[in-house]
Amino acid sequence: MSAAIDYLLHLADNALVLGQRNAEWCGHGPILEEDIALSNVSLDLIGQARLLYQLVATLKGGECTEDKLAYFRDTHEFRNYTLLELPHHGPLSGYAQSDLDYGTTIVRNFLYSALMALLWEALEKSANADLAAIAAKSLKEVRYHLRHSRDWLVRLGDGTDESHARVQASLDHLFPYTQEFWVHSPAEAAAIAAGIGIDVTTLRADWDAIVDAALAEATLQRPALGGYISEGKQGIHSEHLGFLLAEMQSLARAYPNGVW
Amino acid sequence: MNTRVEAAWAALEELTDPEIPVISLRELGILRDVRPAADGLEVVITPTYSGCPAMGQIEDDVKATLARAGITARVVTQLAPAWTTDWMTEAGKEKLRAYGIAPPHQTPAGSNVVRFISKPARTETVPCPHCGSAHTVESSHFGSTACKALYKCLDCQEPFDYFKPY
Repeated sequence: MSAAIDYLLHLADNALVLGQRNAEWCGHGPILEEDIALSNVSLDLIGQARLLYQLVATLKGGECTEDKLAYFRDTHEFRNYTLLELPHHGPLSGYAQSDLDYGTTIVRNFLYSALMALLWEALEKSANADLAAIAAKSLKEVRYHLRHSRDWLVRLGDGTDESHARVQASLDHLFPYTQEFWVHSPAEAAAIAAGIGIDVTTLRADWDAIVDAALAEATLQRPALGGYISEGKQGIHSEHLGFLLAEMQSLARAYPNGVW
Repeated sequence: MNTRVEAAWAALEELTDPEIPVISLRELGILRDVRPAADGLEVVITPTYSGCPAMGQIEDDVKATLARAGITARVVTQLAPAWTTDWMTEAGKEKLRAYGIAPPHQTPAGSNVVRFISKPARTETVPCPHCGSAHTVESSHFGSTACKALYKCLDCQEPFDYFKPY
């Protein structure tokens, strides 16, 4: 039971945190179509998060609800990949303000969507039937997210000198954070042992193939791996998640049980 | 068939999608089943996209429509099997076209991820719902709602929505 809950929270937090990040583009997109596209991607991600939180709330029982899980847990209780909480910008300290960088958004969505397209497909065979049902729905959605981000990655990478240089810089900044994908957390290990979760390392060769083909088409260099391996999925986050949660959770905390 | 069940189907036949008010929930494939339960009827609906904001509205509409018809029913949301645009009826697709939305193609059978992205849907022709021309281009993967893509007809120059295969 606990193995399932921790694993579901990891999947749910990934979707919610990236959904919230991408939603920062709502009303600020570089062009109208992209404003709409990124808002739609966010809507899908937040919808996936809701389904997963609802499932966790059912498993936990008692007073637990999807809203409590999303709005009343603190930074160290979130289990998302660090990659997903970083601002839409290159390296930046927590309180610094900067314009949103669309290339960073696209690179991150691409790296994550490529993983999730494979993971949701594999999770259709999860021993947890409810998770398998959510995976089947999410797979249909993430394929469109992957296609969208991949198309823009190619367009920016194989675009002008400036767009190429900027998207390469975004890739250099974000790529090392994907190392976290391949190191099992205790929650993942327990879920795999229970037949609920998928061993992501079995998906790595396919992920590499998707990424390498796209990077080649985009004329981008694959950055070297190494250095610090982030641990967001174990609750050890960058300074950025707290700011994201503060914005997302403040209304629910100011007006608990508020409705409209 | 149980007459209460028949009456419920008949009442719900009028009920259209909140976003696309020309197609019924049955024709969209959202309304999955109406079955007798111990305390009345059970109406089974299935969500389209995970985050579709119309789902709450749809559930309320189903309850209100049945209440007006004097039918007591509970609405159950079922995730599996996952909704697909392949469940849309032919009559429903024709109504979409008449409304100005290009109806979805059949989803590709057993498409895996790598094949899906390496062979984009835009190699398929999406005929313009206004003039019927096959000379159209995709402007954006995402349109006015998550379920639609934005296209443009190169002959009549009209933009239009394409209901994406899901």
